[in-house]
Amino acid sequence: MFAALTANAAAFLAGIFAILLLASLIVFALRRAHPERDYGELAARVNSWWVMAGIFAVAMALSPTLSLIFLGFVSFLALKEYLSLIPTRRADRRVLFWAYLAIPVQFWWVAIGWYGMFIIFIPVYLFLLLPMRMVLIGETAGFLRAAGSLHWGLMLTVFNLSHMAFLLALPEDVNPAGGAAGLVLFLMFLTQFNDVAQYVWGKTLGRHKIIPKVSPKKTWEGFVGGIATTTLAAWLLAPWLTPLVGWQAPVAGLLIGLAGFVGDVNISALKRDLGIKDSGSLIPGHGGVLDRVDSLTFTAPLFFHYLYYLHY
Amino acid sequence: MRLVRFAFWLLVARPIALVVLGLNVRHRRWLPKEGPAIVAANHNSHLDTLVLVSLFPVALLPRLRPVAAADYFLRNRLVAWFALNVIGILPIARETHGGRDPLKPCEEALDRGEILILFPEGSRGEPEVLGRFKRGVAVLAARRPEVPVTPVFLHGLGKALPKDDPILVPFFCDVFVGEAMRGDETDFLAGLEARMRALASELPRPEAHETAASR
Repeated sequence: MFAALTANAAAFLAGIFAILLLASLIVFALRRAHPERDYGELAARVNSWWVMAGIFAVAMALSPTLSLIFLGFVSFLALKEYLSLIPTRRADRRVLFWAYLAIPVQFWWVAIGWYGMFIIFIPVYLFLLLPMRMVLIGETAGFLRAAGSLHWGLMLTVFNLSHMAFLLALPEDVNPAGGAAGLVLFLMFLTQFNDVAQYVWGKTLGRHKIIPKVSPKKTWEGFVGGIATTTLAAWLLAPWLTPLVGWQAPVAGLLIGLAGFVGDVNISALKRDLGIKDSGSLIPGHGGVLDRVDSLTFTAPLFFHYLYYLHY
Repeated sequence: MRLVRFAFWLLVARPIALVVLGLNVRHRRWLPKEGPAIVAANHNSHLDTLVLVSLFPVALLPRLRPVAAADYFLRNRLVAWFALNVIGILPIARETHGGRDPLKPCEEALDRGEILILFPEGSRGEPEVLGRFKRGVAVLAARRPEVPVTPVFLHGLGKALPKDDPILVPFFCDVFVGEAMRGDETDFLAGLEARMRALASELPRPEAHETAASR
């Protein structure tokens, strides 16, 4: 049953659930200690983490194919949320339909391990195909905005996120300790851990605003503290889960910390432009899918290419 | 036949409503828990019925009756079989001929304790535009004043599957449930329309962001 996981990856997965258990116990203790305060939001947040980590862990443990389907489904949810938020032209319904079809195709390239196609399918072929389909419909009012915003969303939610899936298609012998699943766990955990670390550092020490026009609650203290924590965590975890050695491990942490921050505020800027607070309501305590995968849209391709350049 | 109906709603309709589309439901607690009741929603797409029925627990399925135009849904035998046996519509005549009361089947269904799903705009109309309500719902509500009428505002389904296009394109859709009204309220129809507009105003509006951005 655990054929897809190495011993290290399985142990790490168990460790994630231990952390979640600790988080749930803290929420429980807080509620006992301060019954007058409302911890509903925090509790919903932790419970949603259980559900997300649970589904992810089951998929990873059962089979790489199931993990691919799961990651493809996350891309589908993210693209659907994006297309539901932005203004779309009614004339483009057929074009949007083609954009959705790109998801199974892109993940199929991952499944058969065709790197060359995986890396150009959306940036080149869909970049050419979708405007062509739009032109055939013939509606020119708002053409640039429609073509541009559709491809931007497709790059972010499908192309970028599918890099996480391609980690599963990399040759196993390079990374015998962590296996393919180890790489995904490393990226996924550090990205989400970085979000939480930046939040916690910002909450406790935050004084100086870093990017007030886009995200008024983000501070320099949260940014620096979060990245330092993530770099440290990467340095400790890398030998167990990845082929990264020596200085490569903390640099991977630094990269994930920085990229995670940019991915986060990138979606914040989108929401601010559209005049909304949360991208959706699918995940209680977190908001929408885009709110949860925002950092991953930047960390996944950057971590993938860093690793690919160094070891594959 | 009952089995076919349950299988359709569980294996086809619900997955379409919840996975392919995805619903953002507000104030779900205001939905009627039992019949007799009337659910009045705006109408943009064939998906509206599918989404509204999917909001209710499966156990209530035999009691849910989407009210639909007989001339459209009974136009041929195949469509009629599907509409009557699988969807479970309550067909009514859009026009009164020979002095027959078109609302009679609705009253009988309410008396049997069923939950009627109806679209006071009459037809799907222009996608994502709220049309004027027809009088039928007010007449029915006045005849059965004890039956609660729950307004539901649907948004996004006209984008996912509009009237003139057979291709379904996935979008997250909004479902805003309002507080129930009673049929003996004065000026019922205007009240229902006002509640529907109030629900529609819960959408994040583009004007709101213009002002937020220029600040």
